[in-house]
Amino acid sequence: MRDFWTRFCYNRGAVIGLVILALVILTAILAPIVFPQSPWKMVQRPFLPPFTQEGLMLGTDALGRDVLSGLAHGAYVSLLVGLVSTIVALAIGVPVGAMAGYFAGRTDDALMRFTEFFQTIPSFALAIVLLAIFQPSLTFVIIAIAVVSWPPVARLVRGEVLSLRTREFVEAATLSGLGNTQIILRHVLPNALPPIIVLASLMVAQAILLESSLSFLGLGDPNIMSWGYMIGAARTVIRTAWWLSFLPGMAILLTVLALNLIGEGLNDALNPRLTRKSE
Amino acid sequence: MIRFILGRLVKAVFILLAILVFNFLLIHAAPGDPAAVMAGEAGAADAKFLADLRTRFGLDQPLYVQLWIYIKGAVQLDLGYSFRQQMPVAELIGDRLPATLLLTGVAFVLSLVLGVIAGVAASARQGSWGDTVISTLALLFYATPLFWVALMASVVFSVWLGWLPGFGYSTIGAGYTGMAHVLDVAKHLVLPASTLGLFFMAIYMRMTRASMLEVSRLDFVKTARAKGLKRSVIQRRHILRNALLPVITLAGLQAGQIFGGAILTETVFAWPGIGRLMFEAINQRDYNVILGVFYISAAMVLLFNLITDVVYVIIDPRIRLTS
Repeated sequence: MRDFWTRFCYNRGAVIGLVILALVILTAILAPIVFPQSPWKMVQRPFLPPFTQEGLMLGTDALGRDVLSGLAHGAYVSLLVGLVSTIVALAIGVPVGAMAGYFAGRTDDALMRFTEFFQTIPSFALAIVLLAIFQPSLTFVIIAIAVVSWPPVARLVRGEVLSLRTREFVEAATLSGLGNTQIILRHVLPNALPPIIVLASLMVAQAILLESSLSFLGLGDPNIMSWGYMIGAARTVIRTAWWLSFLPGMAILLTVLALNLIGEGLNDALNPRLTRKSE
Repeated sequence: MIRFILGRLVKAVFILLAILVFNFLLIHAAPGDPAAVMAGEAGAADAKFLADLRTRFGLDQPLYVQLWIYIKGAVQLDLGYSFRQQMPVAELIGDRLPATLLLTGVAFVLSLVLGVIAGVAASARQGSWGDTVISTLALLFYATPLFWVALMASVVFSVWLGWLPGFGYSTIGAGYTGMAHVLDVAKHLVLPASTLGLFFMAIYMRMTRASMLEVSRLDFVKTARAKGLKRSVIQRRHILRNALLPVITLAGLQAGQIFGGAILTETVFAWPGIGRLMFEAINQRDYNVILGVFYISAAMVLLFNLITDVVYVIIDPRIRLTS
C-alpha cells in the first residue's frame, strides 16, 4: 500500500488531480449546508455580474438565480451521475466480459457480437434516443449513460480473463473442485482488478462529460440543477453574459481533468511494469 | 478481398436490422399509444392522422406483423412522416445529410492529420518542453466539454473579434455562386470543424505518441539505427508506418463518437445537418425524426467502418482477410 502511494505521488499531475477532486467533493458535500436555499430560487435582479455584490460572489443568471449556489449544487449532481453510472456500467460490463473470456467458444462469440453491436452504434445518439423516448429523470440519465459506456469494460475484462484462465493457479483451483463462479469471482477477477480500476476512473470522467452534454441539450432531469443545464440555459444570452456559460464549463473541465490525471496516476501506481513517461 | 468486404457487409446489415428492431421496441415501450408516439407527442396530431397511422402500421395486428411492416418500410427508406415539419423523415434527413458529412469529414481529416503530426513531434523529443506543451494541451482538450469549446469559440472569434461567422452554413441572402459560395461555406465551416476536431485531435495525438514510443523500442528499429540510417528516415519509414496501425483502428472505431460530437457542434453553430435536426426534434418530441436520424447515423458509421477496414488491409498487407 505504501508502495502504491509512493508510485502514485511520483506522478505530479495525479497529485494535482487528487487535490482538485477533493475540492470538488468538498463543494458537493458542503453545498446543501452553505446554500440551503434551492438553487432555482430567484435571489436578486437577473444578470448581476460576478464580484459586484457581497454574498453573491459570482452574480446571478438570466432568471436572477445565484450562480455560485448553482455551481455548488451542480458539483453534487455531476459526481453522483459519474459515480453511479460507472458502477452500473461495471455491473453490466464485468460479468459480460468475464463470461466471454472464461467460457470462450460460442459464449464468447455471442457475447462479443452483442458488445460489438453496442460499440458500433453511435453511442451519444443512442443515449439521446433513450432519454427522448422515456421521460428524462436522474435515474434514466444514469441508465442511459451506463448503457452506452459498458462495452469497453466488457472488452477489457474479456482480454484479462482470457489471458488469466490458462494460468496455473486457475488450473489448481479447477483441480481442487471449485465451481466456475467461485473461480471467476475469487481467483480470476481479483487479478484483473488493476486495469479495471484505471478504466473506471476514466469512465467517471467520460460519464460527467456525457451528462453535461445531455443536460446541455435539454435531456437532463428538469428538477435538478446541473452544470450542463446551466450552460444550456445561458446559451441564448451568450453575447451579453458570456460568463454564465464560461463558469460552469470551467467547473466541468477541472473535474474531468482531475479524474483523467488521477487515472494516469493510478495506471502508474498499479502497473509498475509499464514504462514511465519520464524514462 | 471481395469475400472480406461481403462478409463485413452482411454483418453491417445484421446490425442495421437489430437497430430497427430496437427502434420498434422503443416505440412500443414508450409511455402512451404507439401511434401517438410516431405522430409526435404534445397533441400535434389530429384523430384522422392517428387512425391512418394505425391502419398503415397495422397497430391492431399482432406485434410480429407490425415489426415486419416497420422493417419493410425502413429498408425501403420509408422512415415515417414528420407531422411537425409536414415532410417525410427520409426527405428531411436527405436534405440535411450532406452538411453533416461535410462537417464530420473535414473535422475527421483535420484531427487525424494534425493529431498524428503532433504525436510524432511529441514523441521525437520525449520529455522535452515541446513534448510537455503538446501533451498538456492534449490532456486539456480531452477533458473539455465539446459544446462548451464551441460556445466559447463562437464568443471569442465571432462575437468579440468578428473574424469568422459563428452561425449557419452560408451568408443568408448574399446569393453567392460558384467560387464565392464555396469560400463562404468554407468560412462558416472553420469554427464548427475545428471545435469538433479538437477533442479527436487530442485522442489521436496521445495514441500516436504512445504508439510511436512503443514501436521505437522494438528490435527492428535498433537494427535500423545500427545500420546507420538517419534519425528522420527511421522515424518516418520504420516507426511511423507501424505506429499508425493502432491509430487507424482507433479512428475507425470512433466514427460513432464523431457523429455524437456533430450533434453538439451543429446545435451550437446552427449548422444545418442531421445533428441539428435531431436537436430540433428533441425539443419538439418528434420521435420519428429522432429514430430516423439514429438509424441513418448508424448506417453511416457502419459504412465508415467498412472503409477503414479496407484502408487497413491496404496499409498492412500482413492482415489476413477473414471477417
